[in-house]
Amino acid sequence: MRYYTDEHEWIEVEGDIATVGITDYAQGQLGDIVFVELPEVGAMIEQGKDAAVVESVKAASDVYAPITGEITEVNPALEEDPALVNSAPEDGGWFFKMTIADAGELDGLMDEDGYKAFLEGL
Amino acid sequence: MNAPNKSGWKPEMQVAESGFLGGPVTTTGNRGLMLEEPLLFEIGRADVTGVDLPEVDASAPTRLGGLERSDAIGLVGLTEPETVRHYTRLSRQNYGIDLGFFPLGSCTMKHNPRLNEKMARLPGFADIHPLAPQSSVQGALEVIHQLGHWLCTLTGMPAVAMSPKAGAHGELCGILAIRAAHEARGDAREVVLVPESAHGTNPATAAFAGYRVEDIPATPEGRVDVAALKARLGPDVAGVMITNPNTCGLFEKDFREIADAVHAAGGYVYCDGANFNAIVGKVRPGDLGVDAMHINLHKTFSTPHGGGGPGSGPVVLSEALAPFAPLPFIRQGESGEFYLVEEENREERGPSFGRMTAFHGQMGMFTRALTYILSHGADGLKQVAEDAVLNANYILRSMEDILDAPFAGSGPCMHEALFSDSNFAAGLSTLDVAKGLIDEGYHPMTVYFPLVVHGAMLVEPTETESKAAIDQFIAAFRGVAERALAGDEALKQAPYYSPRRRLDEAAAARKPKLAYEG
Amino acid sequence: MRYLPLTDTDRQDMLAKIGASTIDDLFVDVPEVARLDGPIRGLPMHASEMAVERHMKALAAKNLVAGEVPFFLGAGAYRHHVPASVDTIIQRGEFLTAYTPYQPEIAQGTLQMLFEFQTQVARLYGCAVANASLYDGSTACWEAVAMATRVTKRKRAVLSGALHPHYAQVVKTMAHFTGDTIADALPSITSDPELTGLIGRIDEETACVVVQYPDILGRIADLAPIAEAAHAKGALLVVVNTEPVALGAIKAPGEMGADIVVGEGQSLGVGLQFGGPYLGLFAVRDPKHVRQMPGRLCGETTDAEGKRAFVLTLSTREQHIRREKATSNICTNSGLCALAFTVHMTLLGEKGLRELAAENHRLACLAADRLAKVPGVEVLNNAFFNEFTLMLGGKPAREIIRDLADRGVLGGVSLGRLYPGVEALEHALLVAVTETTTEEDIERLATELEAAIKETV
Repeated sequence: MRYYTDEHEWIEVEGDIATVGITDYAQGQLGDIVFVELPEVGAMIEQGKDAAVVESVKAASDVYAPITGEITEVNPALEEDPALVNSAPEDGGWFFKMTIADAGELDGLMDEDGYKAFLEGL
Repeated sequence: MNAPNKSGWKPEMQVAESGFLGGPVTTTGNRGLMLEEPLLFEIGRADVTGVDLPEVDASAPTRLGGLERSDAIGLVGLTEPETVRHYTRLSRQNYGIDLGFFPLGSCTMKHNPRLNEKMARLPGFADIHPLAPQSSVQGALEVIHQLGHWLCTLTGMPAVAMSPKAGAHGELCGILAIRAAHEARGDAREVVLVPESAHGTNPATAAFAGYRVEDIPATPEGRVDVAALKARLGPDVAGVMITNPNTCGLFEKDFREIADAVHAAGGYVYCDGANFNAIVGKVRPGDLGVDAMHINLHKTFSTPHGGGGPGSGPVVLSEALAPFAPLPFIRQGESGEFYLVEEENREERGPSFGRMTAFHGQMGMFTRALTYILSHGADGLKQVAEDAVLNANYILRSMEDILDAPFAGSGPCMHEALFSDSNFAAGLSTLDVAKGLIDEGYHPMTVYFPLVVHGAMLVEPTETESKAAIDQFIAAFRGVAERALAGDEALKQAPYYSPRRRLDEAAAARKPKLAYEG
Repeated sequence: MRYLPLTDTDRQDMLAKIGASTIDDLFVDVPEVARLDGPIRGLPMHASEMAVERHMKALAAKNLVAGEVPFFLGAGAYRHHVPASVDTIIQRGEFLTAYTPYQPEIAQGTLQMLFEFQTQVARLYGCAVANASLYDGSTACWEAVAMATRVTKRKRAVLSGALHPHYAQVVKTMAHFTGDTIADALPSITSDPELTGLIGRIDEETACVVVQYPDILGRIADLAPIAEAAHAKGALLVVVNTEPVALGAIKAPGEMGADIVVGEGQSLGVGLQFGGPYLGLFAVRDPKHVRQMPGRLCGETTDAEGKRAFVLTLSTREQHIRREKATSNICTNSGLCALAFTVHMTLLGEKGLRELAAENHRLACLAADRLAKVPGVEVLNNAFFNEFTLMLGGKPAREIIRDLADRGVLGGVSLGRLYPGVEALEHALLVAVTETTTEEDIERLATELEAAIKETV
């Protein structure tokens, strides 16, 4: 099941692990991504708090944790090739995986249709 | 309007893919006087030097504690003729005020008088040591004292801290004085209010000093929203940082009202003096309720920008903040002698918040600024502000029929005119206009700042331009703007005629190469 | 007014175009109470070049010029010979009157120069990457401490007692506001730097240990043991160098394991200038720390035609983009001083720098030996480069210095001025010798010092 936030992040839930990245719309707004600063594995991050930083040439944007949980894995490919976020934002360009401390938090997020409607309203 | 260039060269002479102006590719890569230059490390050699010194005597005894540097350092040298040519050729790939009009908003790129340079190089200023016995450097201390006196008089403020090394360092000085003043009365405050339109150093400085930064919104007229600001004031607000004239090129006409409200709430008022050139000799910030304001000597007082520094950022201070000024500072004794108050003058230093830099500040900039000030005098400085403001308004009114000037309806601008990209054809951007101006022989205006205006273009002509130079710029700016309005795709590839075309900045940041390898 | 091109006719024409009748119509937004009705009172009116020059020269004449007397001052600012071509190049308008290279297509001169500068500094320091310069050595020292706290996520810095006291003061002033803890100390008055105690002060809370090399008393020691001790506790070693010429003779801090190397670059190209503008140097040994560095960085890339070109890069660390989350609030560097440094270093090259360093050291050894023969004077240092400490046998160094100045000799820096109130250091005099010092200067200092000591109670 894939969820979306109004901060343009996507969350793919498989079992008790969520994979997080930024949406195609977000990468388009940022332009050429040159660097992604990822959280440390093992870090506990609360919903809405800074989890990562994504940098283009002229901008740096914080990526917030869409839900509360512990970081279990970060995408090692982004260190070598941050442009993956541009070329495959919702796939190979994922940022990190985390546990789901409170499944109830997912209820507050959008599904794909909801996010599409949200984008149209922008 | 007349074409700005009468040489016969025409912009429609396009660059061919393979060369320049359709001409043949050269063997050297040079294009006549446009000369390519290799890196120093590609032409220099380890065994070549441009300085005559005694050869190293390997048998001479040393007292280096056995730490001799035996491996190669990796440096290379050139003889003097090669060195002069290398850097002269590099210099020709730069734009500077000496070459042409440089309307970079908020940066005050005015002419740098050469008398300043000459005076700074007098051995009596250039060849004296910061820790020389004070009796042997009375003239140097007097320069700092005189400049400080002028800065206080021009701003209507009672005190000045001279040691900050640049504008941002001056901001830090002012904010630290504010924090020290609050601490001295046991008042822990956490928040500094900064308008959205502020220069990035303002929030960076406040955050560095341990404050939480909160934005103040702007009104549709491009000024601080006074009602919103007043509503936010309270016992947790340490102060506000406001640029006046602001980065939209407007005078904050409610500044005094804001200052009074901030003071009533127990806070202090920091004024970013980056744009002082618009009001020097006309308005004294001290009359507006300012507690601290830095002055960029490299803007208003014409010390050279030098390709990115060194700057100098003295900070004028109110009575309330003056006791907290950083060490060292200069006093005059009863018999007229000048002396430094440093760590050791325990009684005189009072509650100073401490030292910000090793020595006394940017002496080389002080001599230049004092020379500039004495040259202009009180009457000349007033004329500086008037001509700077006149030139900016002239550009504003000469462009507003084709470009969107978001605050033109708010009344006259101060020293800079602000435009947006709102009526450009789809796909054309402010960046394209900036690059198009490079082809016309101009350094572009400040772009994408302030952030409160979409695709901002901030034009600051300064007072040291002739009307003819400004008219030529207007013609060029109109020409490029018309291409942006018409959707000229060629503009997206500009510049064509500069030493380099657009750069791949993403590649530079993805795989940073920050030193020569090899 | 010679700097203002507009004529009165121009002004009238321009006001007409704007639709204003007087200049004051353009200042309507300034509240009445804040508007001045004429030139500011209390200041003179404009003046000619000649008149201003006369005024400034009279002020300059009140100073005792270093180059005109035997001169031995150092302590963070050194008098070296600057080749004539350095000033010629930095006065070229294309360098002097350029702005920060934010439009790289028309700023390749500044950018390529900065790339060369970064390479020279990195190699001199034995590091991987140097930035495009900071304000001066003391502020670079603080920036190194701040960077170490970011890298290690710890908040305590340990300062060597033999760090320049002004640098230590700057660090302490800043740390007071950032909430970092600074553990400092006084210098030990020993022939070699006292490292055991310093190592003992490093613990698991330590972000960095800051050591000066050569230290404030001119002493030099192998820093590898400190690097090892710091790294064992997860701390960084910050090494401060105030005399870059020394690194033409002694090992680079990076070679000995320093993580961040900072310093003052004034010795090369810049001159004394009564303390500023100077040149802050900043480098890191490990390229992985680059994104935590403060200040501007110039990098290599290509342009749209595939030609090599240079550009300011990684600027998302900086205040104009990151605002309150920037690595530092610094906006400028010390560009023109960096150019002067680079031109001087290019003229020297590897060969010239080594020769310059050897000549400094040769003359310093000569001076140390001669001054040690002055009755009542002892040389403290075992090892030194071009600066050493004299112990004056209980005589107050500040008075001796003033006495020497009256005799026309600028004899050094008294440690009493740098460490006010520290009795043990009141009798210590710091003497610097460079290639500009002659053997006659040394003899003169020895003679006058002997006389001054005799006359001082």
